[in-house]
Amino acid sequence: MGENVHVRFPSQSGRKSNLTDLIASVVGDSTLSLLALHPPGRGAFLLAGFLNSVMIAVGATVLGLAIGICGAWCKLYGGAVARDLAAVYTTIVRAVPELVLILLLYFVGTDLLNRALVGLGYQPTDVNGVAAGIFVLGVVQGAYSTEVLRGAILAIPQGQIEAARAYGMSPRLLMRRITLPAMLPFAIPGLANLWLIATKDTALLAIVGVNELTQVTRTAAGATKAYFTFFMAAGAIYLALTLFSNTIIGRIERWARRGMPPVAEGAR
Amino acid sequence: MTDALMNVTPPGRRRTNWLKPHRIVLIAIALAIVLGSAFFLRWDWLPQYLPLAIQGIWRTIWLLVVTSALGILLAVPLGLAQAAGPAWLSAPAKTFCTIIRGTPLLLQLWLLYYGLGSLFPQFPWIRESWAWPYLRQAWPYGVLSLTLSYAGYEGEVMRGAFAGVPHGQLETARAFGMSRFTIFRRIWLPQALHRALPTLAGETVLQLKATPLVATITMVDIYAVASRVRQDLFVTYEPLLLLAAVYMAITGVIVFLFRRLEARIPTRIG
Repeated sequence: MGENVHVRFPSQSGRKSNLTDLIASVVGDSTLSLLALHPPGRGAFLLAGFLNSVMIAVGATVLGLAIGICGAWCKLYGGAVARDLAAVYTTIVRAVPELVLILLLYFVGTDLLNRALVGLGYQPTDVNGVAAGIFVLGVVQGAYSTEVLRGAILAIPQGQIEAARAYGMSPRLLMRRITLPAMLPFAIPGLANLWLIATKDTALLAIVGVNELTQVTRTAAGATKAYFTFFMAAGAIYLALTLFSNTIIGRIERWARRGMPPVAEGAR
Repeated sequence: MTDALMNVTPPGRRRTNWLKPHRIVLIAIALAIVLGSAFFLRWDWLPQYLPLAIQGIWRTIWLLVVTSALGILLAVPLGLAQAAGPAWLSAPAKTFCTIIRGTPLLLQLWLLYYGLGSLFPQFPWIRESWAWPYLRQAWPYGVLSLTLSYAGYEGEVMRGAFAGVPHGQLETARAFGMSRFTIFRRIWLPQALHRALPTLAGETVLQLKATPLVATITMVDIYAVASRVRQDLFVTYEPLLLLAAVYMAITGVIVFLFRRLEARIPTRIG
């Protein structure tokens, strides 16, 4: 494995060196000032990138939910062909790395869009990175949402659905009144997990150059050479988002499970 | 989410119902797509890059096996500390798992490679040490971050698995006069691993899907080979399609191996 031996940083051999020096350069105040919000610091860029990340994650989760509802419906109630197509979709998307899917969908999506635009007589455009990110991650999330929602619908006591049918509810009313609310408590842990995965998968869009948090961090770190400081800061932002999400998720879960017996976790 | 990869079908029904008319049509369409892409897309680069591709596949598998093995070795103490350890052990373990699971792997990888990697050369005592030739290369950082990531996720899985082993089993073992280590080795660990096995199968597939990230720190795995083809020859889709096929094949092998492993263990938990 001896490929690519290269020096990333010019050596500063004249410097006094010991462990305290290492610690000083890790937490030193010299690079921390680079995180300031005002122009010498690059905090504003990080915040803008973070906003893009959140936007992509929210959009991808919503798109994924829409695809997931369709996919779960196909898998449970669809005809033979729809069922098989849904199975092919979820199997392929979950077996291929997100990185490869992102590249494939990104290139295919922009290529097809530009061909369609040219075909219709318009100028080809540069695709907005955030929109492309939402599309790509939404397709990936859709496969996982399909499985989560399918499992949640199967977890509903089926007598409830049969009873609703016996009342003569139309399929649409049945879905709105019975299936969706009844499956929610079973679906929320899985969907919450998917939201957390979506926030972290936005980082992968840095590979195709979308201006989200990781990409912005890399740019800032490369320009200032303060790699450690910037990547630590970005990590802290991601972690804060995860922890914040966790508290919100806890509340939503309690709300969705209202009136149901408590989960006996750890009470074994 | 992860265990759904292993769809459960009743074994008796499967063989008779599987080959229906519409499936034959779908298979024909799939074959047509495969043959169409074989004939109409550009594959003339394949012989030239084949040795590199095989080396890349080998490196991907090597990375998957090594990091999963090291990761599970780390995950067992992490899970045990959280499930049964004292507070001064369980709190750091929980913090570690939260941090690893709360930040993107790509960021962890870049933090280690670019962040730590840019700090090390400032210190002559590091540059003079025996580890320096390794620290100048990319693969130790790739292996380290993938291992830590797997350990973080699996530590959480193992916590649940250790906590899920029925107490009666451990009490019985103690009543037999087994030492604490023997209980762990003969009773607790095997049953916890058995419980965790379906989840571990899914997590190993996720680990496989995480390996291409190391291409961003100049390691040459199969993903990096595909990127190189794309950059050298400006063929976009063909290497990516081949890449998708390779990863699906490896996923299939992982799922198959874990199924074999699960089938070997007798299931009888009271």
